[in-house]
Order: sequence, then structure tokens, then C-alpha cells
Amino acid sequence: MRLSYPTNIKIIKVPCTGRVDILFILKAFENGADGVCLIGCLEGECHFLTGNIRAKKRVEYIKSLLEETGIGAERVAMYNISAADGRRFAEIAREMTEKIKALGPNPAKKQVE
Amino acid sequence: MIVANRKPFEEIMEMLKPYKKILLLGCNECVTVCSVGGAKEVAVLASEIRLSRLKNIIPVEIKEHTLERQCDPEYALSISSFVNDYEIIISMACGCGVQTIAETYREKYVVPAVNTTFMGSSEEHGVWREKCQGCGNCILDKTLGICPVTRCAKSILNGPCGGSQGGSCEINKDTPCAWQLIIDRLKQMNMMEKYLEIQPVKDWSTSRDGGPRTRIREDLRI
Ligand code: SF4
Ligand code: SF4
Repeated sequence: MRLSYPTNIKIIKVPCTGRVDILFILKAFENGADGVCLIGCLEGECHFLTGNIRAKKRVEYIKSLLEETGIGAERVAMYNISAADGRRFAEIAREMTEKIKALGPNPAKKQVE
Repeated sequence: MIVANRKPFEEIMEMLKPYKKILLLGCNECVTVCSVGGAKEVAVLASEIRLSRLKNIIPVEIKEHTLERQCDPEYALSISSFVNDYEIIISMACGCGVQTIAETYREKYVVPAVNTTFMGSSEEHGVWREKCQGCGNCILDKTLGICPVTRCAKSILNGPCGGSQGGSCEINKDTPCAWQLIIDRLKQMNMMEKYLEIQPVKDWSTSRDGGPRTRIREDLRI
């Protein structure tokens, strides 16, 4: 199965979305990321039972932080897919890239470079 | 522990507006435990401030630092070597910490990043509830560990009032009636006779009503 997804995406592997700290995401934006997408396992199928549920709540919290700083809540999203579903992964990657392209660059990026 | 809430981001940014070099000070005690002003929250707020300044193209330099305890002069003094490198100190400690830092560095502008709210305990992860008002004359022996001064909306000592309904206080149904809790516990402990003792009018002079309080232990003074 050869599937293509946009090349401007940087993939960071974590053992579980539950490992993703609020600071990881804030730092990504500080370092100039235009958007951050968390992709976790399907709800109810977390190897650590509730990692993806915790991540989901954290994403909601991060949205509020991004909103108050003026970066915008829409720049972060969370999806749940099966690890075997490459097709859906490619779809999400395209969806997210298009959404972020429409939003334009991270407003904090102006001075990053 | 002392429980606080972080101030709205906008208010924080307004206080910091004219400043470029900021010292952001956390505290490792209560505010760490109630997840509002420990090293983690310092890092998050610093990141938010940087993002906002980057967006608005206003330079900023933030030093993130968390003290073991902000309400002790010894710890407050531990930052003396670099405090003058910054134009403003924003403290994420409770009001006691902010005041200790302000008293220690009189030439510095020290501002609070949190609203200190109450003395309470954690009921579960992420839930804190007010439990004590420091009235200075504890009656938890009579009320079997449930404080009516704090947990009864009217602070009545011979309750409940007529507003107690189905275990909830009349102020809202999510607030348990402290007096219902006290009576349930007295019954469970077979100590209902305590309920029949009428509590006299409380002497509030040991509380805030008597003005700011000071505790001195001469033997500990150096
Ligand atoms: S009776 Fe007074 S000291 Fe005791 S818990 Fe209540 S407020 Fe605190
Ligand atoms: S309903 Fe209970 S807790 Fe509420 S004011 Fe009356 S006695 Fe106090």
C-alpha cells in the first residue's frame, strides 16, 4: 500500500498521546509550527487504557491557551485512528494541512527565523 | 493548602506591558500542588507570554525560576544575585509569596499572576474545595471534622437553616449542606448528643475580624 501525504508535515513519535505535554505543543508553536495535530488510537483502545482520553482533555485546554495568546485554537487538533489505518492517516494529514494553509502561517513565526 | 486561580491572560499582559525583561517566579509549595504556580505553570505562562509577544513583535526576555517557598525570606533572598537583571517580577505564588518578594526587593515592581482564593484540600485530581477559613478557634471536635464556618454558606454554628434541602445547601444543589454532613456523621459515630449542645455566639476576634494576625514563638527567634 503506497499512500502519499503532504511532505511539509513533521512526524514526532510518542509512546502514547497521553505522553504529550501541554508544553510540547506550546514549544512547537514557539519554534514556528503552523499547526499541531495529535493522532492517537481509537477511544477505548488505548494500550495504557486512558492515555488518549487524557490527551483529548489536554488538547481542549491547549486550545484555550492558544486562543488567549492570539495564536488561535484551530491550529491544534486531535484525531483518533487505528494504527492499521494508513489510508485514514493520509487523509487526516491532507485535511489538517489544508486547514492550516487556509489559516495562514503561525502569527508568532514572523520573528522566529 | 492554599488554592489559587491563574489571572486572566489579558490582565497579566496588561501588567507586563511596558516591560521587556521579566522574572517569572513560581513556588514549589501549595501553588504547585494545586497546579497553578509551580515550575510547570511557570513554563506554560512563560511560553504563552513569548508567543503573544512574538505575535505582536514586542521583544521579551523571561527568566523562569521556581523557589522552594516564596513566603520565607531565606528563599526569597536566594534570587538576589540576578533579580536586578529584570525590570519586573511576576509571581505565581499565593499572596503571601508575592508580599514576601515585594518586601525583600523594595526597589522592584512585583506583581501577582494568580488570584489567591481559599484554603482547601484536593478531593480528586483537578478538584479543590474550600475547607477552612482560619477562624483562629477551631471547633472541628464538635462538628466531627466538618467545618460549618467555611462549608456552611451562612457559617452558622447551630444548623441547619431552613434552606437545607435533600442534603444540598440552598445556594446551589452542588454544594452539600455542611450541617447535613455534620448530622450524618454524628449519627454514624453515635454522637448525636453533641448536636444538642447549643453553640454560643462565636468570638470572631480570633478571626480576621480582630485585624491582621501575628504568631510569635519567642523560643524560635534568633
Ligand atoms: S472551625 Fe475555624 S479553624 Fe476550624 S476548620 Fe473551621 S475555619 Fe478552620
Ligand atoms: S443549607 Fe446548610 S450549608 Fe446552606 S446555609 Fe443552610 S445550614 Fe448552611
